[in-house]
Amino acid sequence: MVPFAGFEMPVQYTSILEESNAVRTTGGLFDVSHMGRIYLSGPDATPFCDWIQTNKIGNLKIGRARYSLVCNENGGIIDDTVTYRLDTDRYLLVANAGNRQAIRDWLDRWQNEKFPNLTIDDVTTKTVMIAVQGPQAASVMDELCPETPSNLKFFGSGEGNISDYKVFFGRTGYTGEDGFEVILEAEKGPALWDQLTAKGMSSCGLGARDVLRLEAALPLHGSDIDLTTNPLEAGLGRFVKLDKDFVGVELLRKQHETGTERKLVGLLPVGRSIPRHDHLIKNNETPVGKITSGGYSPTLDRNIALGYVSQDFAAVDQHLNIDIRGRLTDAVVTTLPFYTRKKKE
Amino acid sequence: MNPSDRRYSKDHEWALIVGNEVIVGITDFAQEQLGDIVYVDLPEVGSNLDQSSKLGEVESVKAVSDIFSPIGGEVIEVNQAVIDSPELVNQDPSGSGWLVKLAPTDASSEFNSLLTSEEYDELIENEGH
Repeated sequence: MVPFAGFEMPVQYTSILEESNAVRTTGGLFDVSHMGRIYLSGPDATPFCDWIQTNKIGNLKIGRARYSLVCNENGGIIDDTVTYRLDTDRYLLVANAGNRQAIRDWLDRWQNEKFPNLTIDDVTTKTVMIAVQGPQAASVMDELCPETPSNLKFFGSGEGNISDYKVFFGRTGYTGEDGFEVILEAEKGPALWDQLTAKGMSSCGLGARDVLRLEAALPLHGSDIDLTTNPLEAGLGRFVKLDKDFVGVELLRKQHETGTERKLVGLLPVGRSIPRHDHLIKNNETPVGKITSGGYSPTLDRNIALGYVSQDFAAVDQHLNIDIRGRLTDAVVTTLPFYTRKKKE
Repeated sequence: MNPSDRRYSKDHEWALIVGNEVIVGITDFAQEQLGDIVYVDLPEVGSNLDQSSKLGEVESVKAVSDIFSPIGGEVIEVNQAVIDSPELVNQDPSGSGWLVKLAPTDASSEFNSLLTSEEYDELIENEGH
């Protein structure tokens, strides 16, 4: 167990590699109760969500969710979020654990300055959130929940009953697999966990979560994106709607016109030494960037990494070196994601 | 319980005297702390190591860790099996997951400066095992 954003979290239950493999082949469970869950409601809720987020929220259908960034005035990323539209004037915002306070402060500020007709209700500690991920996640959820969660499309949400308790579920996740994030009252968390493990879902920790999200090239706030990076250079432009007004839009419009100086790219290093956060990326001994995440990919059986490099060296197939503790390792820029699940149907 | 046929360093390496050679590996506690090991970097045969100098690196999915030589000597063999299959270190750290064999410089005094298995058990007990 390790301390993580004020919670005691398991890095692994059995082995990071076994847990990662379970999610790719059958299914795994993650206790993600540490993530922030905040309800936003009232007449100002829709314009508020659109003001603080880069993606368009106002045209989101009820029962759907959208990934977005929350930026400051400089376009720096305060957090990345998923916003569920629950009703015309009611939303659920899911934020990163480590950023919950920063997000709370940010919400409070804009409520005070611009959107008074808004109610903010942080239910993080009253509820738990369990992610069920993997090819069998949908069938297992259907067995437990008569409301057939598998009818939902990706990023759809619904409510249902499991045994004697109510659950909210969204067909989302952070692993690159099909799956759900299930929110329920805190007291029922252990019951759902036991029911899901009884159906063959493996308990997975933070370690496997990091492996899986890196394979799927899903950015981790604090590593790949933070206040010093903006969504355009992070390759998240498709979640930024420059035709609406939001905090940071002026700077991002300018960046969009002039182009960014650097870009987050995928790297395939040669050899078995793992590139880690902050290792320098070099071109002929000259630093041209930095690794933001790196790891061993069990699914691909090779090392993979993400890092920012100058645009001049960001093209696919560009050969670069990574300085791993003083030793230069060859690497090639590749397309992202590293792993894409095979879609059925 | 760690095998009593060998001695241990505070950095979680073990040293086992077999004839004129000393076999070196990392302890079960060390492999458990590291988790899934994916890369083992070992010195060239013929390298000379001082006691407590860096012997190599063991990298797991979680982290990379330096390995220090529990005693000084010349490297006379490296375990190719763990280079090819690093998971051997997780599976059998005290046996087939050994790292190098050394021709010791000064076996007896350096060896005797290491912890006995009882002392090592106590050390890891205190580290929260």
